[in-house]
Amino acid sequence: MSRLLQTPFLPSVSLPTKTRSSVTGFRVKPRIIPIQAKIREIFMPALSSTMTEGKIVSWVKSEGDKLNKGESVVVVESDKADMDVETFYDGYLAAIMVEEGGVAPVGSAIALLAETEDEIADAKAKASGGGGGDSQAPPTAAIEAPVAVDKRIAAPPVAVKAVAASAVHPASEGGKRIVASPYAKKLAKELKVELAGLVGSGPMGRIVAKDVEAVAAGGGVQAAVAVKEVVAAPGVELGSVVPFTTMQGAVSRNMVESLAVPTFRVGYTITTDALDALYKKIKSKGVTMTALLAKATALALAKHPVVNSSCRDGNSFVYNSSINVAVAVAIDGGLITPVLQNADKVDIYSLSRKWKELVDKARAKQLQPQEYNTGTFTLSNLGMFGVDRFDAILPPGTGAIMAVGASQPSVVATKDGRIGMKNQMQVNVTADHRVIYGADLAQFLQTLASIIEDPKDLTF
Amino acid sequence: MQSALSLSFSPTSLPLANRPLCSSNAAPSSTPRNLRFCGLRREAFGFSPSKQLTSCLFQIQSRRIEVSAAASSSAGNGAPSKSFDYDLIIIGAGVGGHGAALHAVEKGLKTAIIEGDVVGGTCVNRGCVPSKALLAVSGRMRELQNEHHMKAFGLQVSAAGYDRQGVADHASNLATKIRNNLTNSMKALGVDILTGFGAVLGPQKVKYGDNIITGKDIIIATGSVPFVPKGIEVDGKTVITSDHALKLESVPDWIAIVGSGYIGLEFSDVYTALGSEVTFIEALDQLMPGFDPEISKLAQRVLINPRKIDYHTGVFASKITPAKDGKPVMIELIDAKTKEPKDTLEVDAALIATGRAPFTNGLGLENINVVTQRGFIPVDERMRVIDGNGKLVPHLYCIGDANGKMMLAHAASAQGISVVEQVTGRDHVLNHLSIPAACFTHPEISMVGLTEPQAREKAEKEGFKVSIAKTSFKANTKALAENEGEGLAKMIYRPDNGEILGVHIFGLHAADLIHEASNAIALGTRIQDIKLAVHAHPTLSEVVDELFKAAKVDSPASVTAQSVKVAV
Repeated sequence: MSRLLQTPFLPSVSLPTKTRSSVTGFRVKPRIIPIQAKIREIFMPALSSTMTEGKIVSWVKSEGDKLNKGESVVVVESDKADMDVETFYDGYLAAIMVEEGGVAPVGSAIALLAETEDEIADAKAKASGGGGGDSQAPPTAAIEAPVAVDKRIAAPPVAVKAVAASAVHPASEGGKRIVASPYAKKLAKELKVELAGLVGSGPMGRIVAKDVEAVAAGGGVQAAVAVKEVVAAPGVELGSVVPFTTMQGAVSRNMVESLAVPTFRVGYTITTDALDALYKKIKSKGVTMTALLAKATALALAKHPVVNSSCRDGNSFVYNSSINVAVAVAIDGGLITPVLQNADKVDIYSLSRKWKELVDKARAKQLQPQEYNTGTFTLSNLGMFGVDRFDAILPPGTGAIMAVGASQPSVVATKDGRIGMKNQMQVNVTADHRVIYGADLAQFLQTLASIIEDPKDLTF
Repeated sequence: MQSALSLSFSPTSLPLANRPLCSSNAAPSSTPRNLRFCGLRREAFGFSPSKQLTSCLFQIQSRRIEVSAAASSSAGNGAPSKSFDYDLIIIGAGVGGHGAALHAVEKGLKTAIIEGDVVGGTCVNRGCVPSKALLAVSGRMRELQNEHHMKAFGLQVSAAGYDRQGVADHASNLATKIRNNLTNSMKALGVDILTGFGAVLGPQKVKYGDNIITGKDIIIATGSVPFVPKGIEVDGKTVITSDHALKLESVPDWIAIVGSGYIGLEFSDVYTALGSEVTFIEALDQLMPGFDPEISKLAQRVLINPRKIDYHTGVFASKITPAKDGKPVMIELIDAKTKEPKDTLEVDAALIATGRAPFTNGLGLENINVVTQRGFIPVDERMRVIDGNGKLVPHLYCIGDANGKMMLAHAASAQGISVVEQVTGRDHVLNHLSIPAACFTHPEISMVGLTEPQAREKAEKEGFKVSIAKTSFKANTKALAENEGEGLAKMIYRPDNGEILGVHIFGLHAADLIHEASNAIALGTRIQDIKLAVHAHPTLSEVVDELFKAAKVDSPASVTAQSVKVAV
């Protein structure tokens, strides 16, 4: 549920992600438990480079058992193998916080280790006090928002319940039995999608992986944009007052906050014939237009560091050390802004692959915080809807955002008095005038135009 | 990919030693000397007028005369080999027959091999060989598609794709090449390749086509065919066996694989790499039942769980109907124990990999009073055929899948060589526990000897202790360099005397790594001796080296194996 917004604006509050939209079983969130010297946490270890969470296969020791340094305490199943996890300290296994069969993210506490027997009770109290799962009030204000978001997302009871079946698999006995491919079933379990009642798009109505992905993406967004749908969706009581959800509240605050930033806009028309030709040529290698635009923007930003700067306190500003281009992606009415990090340095093919990976992750709601909140410049492209120009509100904490319109054939008069047709698109940059001035943007846009009109540098 | 997991280990595993000639049944050896003649005769009779077409058959026509002469004297036991057409007749030119033929020629026997289909048998044409070609492709696809893996190398590969026909051609080309190699190797040595279905007419007498020939010793090596349980209708298009699958005529979106042994596992590797989704149907309660439990657990975690594979265990596919009239392939599942209907699957294709059935029909076994057991020809530990009364049939041997002892190509070949050793005067009993087996998934699985439960059972019975040593590929430099640290090697051994009971490897190139262990078992090498041997660094073989070094054996190294000090 990373950064789902229904506007093309970015909040400055960094919303930590939660990778799964609903919570069942023993999934445990990292908890902050005041650590006293004598009660230690046993963490979920990272058993492989790709491991993000681990499942407790079995507890070798039970609560109250004495542990010696180096002894196996628990067997953890990673994405790769079962591994025995050893304790680094002597002591007593005071409290098990994740039961057998439970899943915990890497680095989160799975048990408490008490140094003496007397402290077992203390530790247990802490475990039960600190535990309690997702509805637990967070200990610090800093993560208030994310927890609230979690609740919000968990609130719709069947966020991912599908539309009623219209095409029914012939062998599914009128929808009584579910016919889904092995991968679809695996994904459904992973993404917590209910298969019953899902309409399959595979052969003879079979549910295949993309059906599940579509529901997961749609369902997740559904939760975040529920209020927006109120306007159009039938079956919603028109004229009723709907209070903001936490997330909408956060968006609202951000938008108001953006008013404190003196912004201005500069537009430019760029001829894209050469870019279109290049795109056509390297499309087969997996290169996307988004990646090309991001790359061009990043190269232009490299020459105009001030446009890539940010001013947060009104007294100073930062020339950001890396050029991280955030790109707004609309997914079923919501908005996700994955970040292409170091877009000026990464080659176009890697960038395209990275982009694909980010979009896939975004759809699966598995973006990590650094993958959506490290943007230093934002791109928003509505060209695919035929929009020829628009302007964007500056996400607080960044220096500029560029709104990209559609590239359209236009009649152009040239200096030698001829009239010709060229593909042109309009871009419109919104920037923070405290640090970025008109001339800065103008020069940036001129550089950008020259890069796009002669795009050979994009594929270096 | 040739075997069902019916690894029936011979209970009496005799240590390999040169034993004195066993006089009871082995015929007195008379070393034939007409090896060269065999090759020459082809030309000598090449011009004979005959209605037969091939030069190969010309010989036979003319030899028939000899046969009638020989037949009268063949009743006398121990007749000189001159009175037979051949010293050794092998029925079936698969890998088993081929191995036996080559060794027979080396031992100076005049040898004929009868083949009713194509030379090479299952392994070369419809088994291990073409499947290795497909697996070579699937391994590469897997690697190229694994972005994480590629990135870890710093490699960038844009979308990998494949051409189905190209992949299929690679498999069939490989089979053709190996078949030609096999045929040529036999021809070059002067083995007579006779074409036709062979059958046993009586003691030392074989018929193929309309021809009858005699041989001092006969080896049946007719192999096996895919086993299809009743209720399953194979149409060769949507319901297929490994025979069809190896042609790779299609890559279905969703394929059910009935059976999770070697064959099923290897095909799941191929199909998932090419983009199919797979459903396993396994009659036993867990997948990969033939493997050491620890290995199958890890293999499931690596080869099944992360891939687009799901499974039903403890169920039989009681009825499978091919796709027709716009309906998908229908599979009815029943509970393996209660026989109650459990589920119905609708898939695009089904691969029947439920093992292999011996191909022994029409062999004329009734002529010599041999009764097959579920199609298998009963043999003793020397591969001598046992008749319906429990008596040995003189001069008749059966090797390979047809006897069902260990349905592996190289086991058949080893059995054939063992038989040739016996008929040339050197008693030999093959130690099946020293025969390695491998499954060529990515990564590979290999094993030799006993699994841990088998070893523990044996230890209980015979009153010795069993220890386990394990090493991980994660600790191996070469494996890490390849970014393939996933894997485990496990050795089951006797701590009292250092005997290796079994070794199981799951990891990169496991199939190539097993032989150090299988050779040690075959030669009776003990751990305390082999652990002193040196392995090149950095190589994967150090995984096995670590295994030997990790073992804790009470006995000291034997004197002979102590390092011999040589001035350099």
